[in-house]
Amino acid sequence: MDEASAQGPINREEEKDDPLIIVKDLHKSYRRGAQKLTVLTGVNLSIPEAQYVVFIGPSGSGKTTLLNLIAGIDKPDKGKIIIAGVDISTLDESRLSKWRARHVGFIFQFYNLIPVLTAYENVELPLLLTHLSKKERKKHVLAALKVTGILDRAFHFPAQLSGGQQQRVAIARAIVTDPTIIVADEPTGDLDKDSAAQILDLLNYLNRELGKTIVMVTHDPRAAKRARKVYVLDKGILRDQYENDLSWT
Amino acid sequence: MNLLKYIARNTFRHKLRTSLTVLGMAIVVLAYCLLRTVVAAWYAGVEASSPNRLITRNAVSLIFPLPISYLNRIREVPGVEAVSYGRWFGGIYINEKNFFPQFAIDADHYLDLYPEFIIPEKQLEAFKKDRRGCIAGRLIARKYGWKVGDTITIRGTIFPGTWDFILRGIYHGIDRGTDESQFFFHWDYLNESLKKTMPIRADHVGWFVVKIKDVSQAAEISRKIDALFQNSLAETLTETEKAFQMGFVSMTEAIVVAIKIISYVVIGIILVVLSNTMAMTARERTREYGVLKTLGFQEGFLFKLIIGESLFIAVTGGILGIILSFPAARIFAKSLETFFPIFNLSAKTLLSGLLAATLVGFLSGIFPSIRASRTSIVDSLGHVG
Repeated sequence: MDEASAQGPINREEEKDDPLIIVKDLHKSYRRGAQKLTVLTGVNLSIPEAQYVVFIGPSGSGKTTLLNLIAGIDKPDKGKIIIAGVDISTLDESRLSKWRARHVGFIFQFYNLIPVLTAYENVELPLLLTHLSKKERKKHVLAALKVTGILDRAFHFPAQLSGGQQQRVAIARAIVTDPTIIVADEPTGDLDKDSAAQILDLLNYLNRELGKTIVMVTHDPRAAKRARKVYVLDKGILRDQYENDLSWT
Repeated sequence: MNLLKYIARNTFRHKLRTSLTVLGMAIVVLAYCLLRTVVAAWYAGVEASSPNRLITRNAVSLIFPLPISYLNRIREVPGVEAVSYGRWFGGIYINEKNFFPQFAIDADHYLDLYPEFIIPEKQLEAFKKDRRGCIAGRLIARKYGWKVGDTITIRGTIFPGTWDFILRGIYHGIDRGTDESQFFFHWDYLNESLKKTMPIRADHVGWFVVKIKDVSQAAEISRKIDALFQNSLAETLTETEKAFQMGFVSMTEAIVVAIKIISYVVIGIILVVLSNTMAMTARERTREYGVLKTLGFQEGFLFKLIIGESLFIAVTGGILGIILSFPAARIFAKSLETFFPIFNLSAKTLLSGLLAATLVGFLSGIFPSIRASRTSIVDSLGHVG
């Protein structure tokens, strides 16, 4: 794989009919001392572009591990993860970092904002890895903050924001580079009911209006209902998959 | 937003911890600079030595004198430009605490051999004319409030009795490295008194100062001088002034070595302290480093972030320590001027203090940087700080 394909834009027109994400025979296990803990066993799935999918399942079912593997922050023992034509399981650490910076926006359960940086600076952070000028970065950051409805808090530090507001900043940080996919690990897990609903609305908006591909892990049935497609994992195996009826939305 | 801003914000995340570490670093650099200055002060006599001056002393020990009759024979040695002599007096001014070196010298020529002592011409003439006259360095004159014309009474210990001298001149050094705490009077005054009270000790000097024309001939001239007095009752040992001064330093070399070791130990202590602080800091931020790596930042960025913070703390402390060194050195010099008449903070010492701080900053950040780089993203994100 060359540098350009690790970093460069994807020709979406060309790949319109192909799935954006292809997972083939994915295996993953961890070592805990002498014990080998199998987390994923032979997972296969494909996700088209602009899809909104959710992984659900009991604790320890392997859904977060699957999400981490798709996001390129962990490596499989066996199998392939092809995203926009790139097999990320073959990339070395350096290329994988560059690939993540360009193609993945990550939303965490606990927001994971840098506490010493303002909302604006947190959102600007991924753009420091691009060649954008300060002026261009500002344009992107303000646009991302506006989309997530947190522009008025741009110069507040995380400690000065509520949980819902912090998650909006985290979403702005995830979308500011216009990534190929947005991965979200329990994005409503630490929020109250109203804030969670607002965050889910925002993710819906990103998927429907802006065409973002979203891959989410959740325990929250309300969150799962918002997705177009749901994958059910149990004990590291993909047990079921179904499409939601979204007519109610 | 840029890296420096991020580093600065991180540095002041725990204001108390950072302030205390910076203060610790400052104290260490201050201690390092003062200790190195003490070592330099120890060698001040060696540093101030002239390469064209030789010292001829008794081969057995400096405490044994040499006959004044050697003077003319030394003068005749080829390559010798001038010869003079001096004798240690070792008296007490008011009480034992007021120590300063006193020398009975050849008033007509001795000071000609030491151009680093600057004396107004009229004062020098007045000194030469007055057998009870004396010359004092600016440092002791200021310390004891002496003015030209004052009578200075010194109680003899090696040469018993009460000795009155009239201050005829005050010298100052040609540069900051010149000792301004010495006291000179006429050897003739001492000798005349000894002739009456202790004739056996009269007509002797402690050492001869030999000025040579060609520095490269120092060893040859020394050998020739010593050959003149071989198998005599008072054999001589001639050496360069630097070697002569080094002889004094080597007597106390163990102390100098101990001070040098302590100066390195204090740097080692702050290295451990700062390393611990940085390790603690990096451990607390493990999850953040995981987030940064998730966003696509690589090891190099984390390295710069951690080392940058460590350097920021260390260099800030180092600069503060250097700034504090100036008043501290003044206080130190004032309270210990009896022991260290030359106590100057040199640019070399200050620079080495700053370099030591920088090195400590760099080394302290290495281990946490490596740890942060090696921890996988998944483990970092799962870390509870």
